[in-house]
Amino acid sequence: MSIQSLSKAGRSELFFQGVLYLSACFLVVLVFAIFLSLLVHSIPSINEFGVGFLFGKIWDPVFGLFGALPFLVGTLLTSFLALLISIPFSLSISIFLGEYFTEGTFSSVLKSAIEILAGIPSIIYGFWGLFVLVPLIRSLQIKLGIMPYGVGIFTASLILFIMIIPYSASIGREVVQLVPSEFKEAAFSLGATRFEVIRKVILPYARSGILAGILLALGRALGETMAVTMVIGNVNVIPDSIFSPANTMASVIANEFAEAMENLHLSSLVQIGLLLFVVTMIVNIIGRHIVKKMSVES
Amino acid sequence: MQKDTVSWRILKDKIFKGFVILLSFVSILPLLFILFYIVKNGITSINWEFLTHLPKHIGEAGGGISNALVGTGILLIISCILAVPLGILAGIYLSEHRKGRLSYLTRLCVEVLQGIPSIVIGIIAYLWVVLSMGTFSALSGGVALGIMMLPVIVRTTEETLKLVPFELKEASLALGVPYHRTILKVILPAAMSGIVTGILLSVARVTGETAPLLFTAFGSPFMNFNIFKPISALPLLIFNYATSPYPEWHSIAWGASFVLVIFVLILNIITKLVTKRWKVQF
Repeated sequence: MSIQSLSKAGRSELFFQGVLYLSACFLVVLVFAIFLSLLVHSIPSINEFGVGFLFGKIWDPVFGLFGALPFLVGTLLTSFLALLISIPFSLSISIFLGEYFTEGTFSSVLKSAIEILAGIPSIIYGFWGLFVLVPLIRSLQIKLGIMPYGVGIFTASLILFIMIIPYSASIGREVVQLVPSEFKEAAFSLGATRFEVIRKVILPYARSGILAGILLALGRALGETMAVTMVIGNVNVIPDSIFSPANTMASVIANEFAEAMENLHLSSLVQIGLLLFVVTMIVNIIGRHIVKKMSVES
Repeated sequence: MQKDTVSWRILKDKIFKGFVILLSFVSILPLLFILFYIVKNGITSINWEFLTHLPKHIGEAGGGISNALVGTGILLIISCILAVPLGILAGIYLSEHRKGRLSYLTRLCVEVLQGIPSIVIGIIAYLWVVLSMGTFSALSGGVALGIMMLPVIVRTTEETLKLVPFELKEASLALGVPYHRTILKVILPAAMSGIVTGILLSVARVTGETAPLLFTAFGSPFMNFNIFKPISALPLLIFNYATSPYPEWHSIAWGASFVLVIFVLILNIITKLVTKRWKVQF
């Protein structure tokens, strides 16, 4: 091979390496640019309201008053209520797939069902919730003698609870399977029943991983938009009970962003987006860190 | 000491097992309900006219969703053009440089990107594309969906490439094949099925996304092939029609939901078949 063609090969080599390097850099730049754009476009609202933005109870675009507290409360209430309902279910699935039925028809049926559950678009959940769940809740509310809105925090939590099961369940299954069989066998050989092994050996060992799964589900619940928007009622006030209509951070953006004419309104909505971005980022990083640490240890 | 007897402990064990099985299967009941309603309400509105005609005005019977189908197709093409090459290249970088500061940072950013709520991606596409072009457009929707596809493609590419045995690369390099040709002609083809799976998965993930399209693609009742104009999409159409007060539109929304769910399910099944058939086996 002549020297010329070798140096030509070297050049294309360098070019290739450069392209790879740049594309990896691009991802980093992309995330930083997302953060910076959100920050820059939030500045008008940060200047106007300062920290009071988080505690302001009134959100009134007509008078140019923007306080995010109703949405913070709405998001936290729906997410935590959904988590609370989902924990027994996702824990059961984790134990079912990770310990009782690790293979076989039973487990593959359940596993595929969970996968499909994760794959259904959120708009479908919202649509179904609006036309099936809301009337159900409304008749329940009539029986209980509360204002029959149908829509509201409780309905949104129910939809969210179904949507986040796959997230915590799939991580829960993985960590339950990570428990070393020596530990389990030791407990069995001492005469422990399956239940005792699960309670005294598996759950304590897998605790942090299960927690991580719950965190990742929380990250998903906090940012979920369409399903919640369709069933929560979209009212910009602090809810006074779990049955009253409300709005979450994501749903207020979905409802008002396209119509936000004034700069301050737009900027306040972007700031809510910034808050969502930061909170979900922290929740996700902590969750994934725990999962990684667990799988490295075992 | 009734509590400590062996039979009581065995009973507790059985009760617990029953409980676990019960709760596990109760949690897939909603899935059955959802699929049942979608099929029951959706299948009646599916016919040839539904798939090939534009929506009609309120009050007129019939009408279809062809604009949304075309719109979703255009959006997916734009997002694939933006995300697939970039995602694969970044995936190659990560698998070639397993350690190092940039790799660590990139992996972190991919994780962050995966966790960003879709509505926030919508805001970003609005700020970057819609504001600078001055109009809602298919392009901005494609950018939003492309950003959402990236993390899935990067991760699956990286993970599949890691499975390709080192000997393959060594053999190619020992024959004097330049590094970049080794990657492009030896390693990538060996990992192709995994990469295709990743792309299909990411397409399945973004096809149903509505939130990032609300103020980017925006929706349009007309057939549109211009990527600088607002465009309709299946999930947008479902959202607009489902929240409208007209029963005729609701039934169109059910039909569109049926089409969307079937499309996403088929994509998922194909993905599974691809991974099963052409799994990287060495």
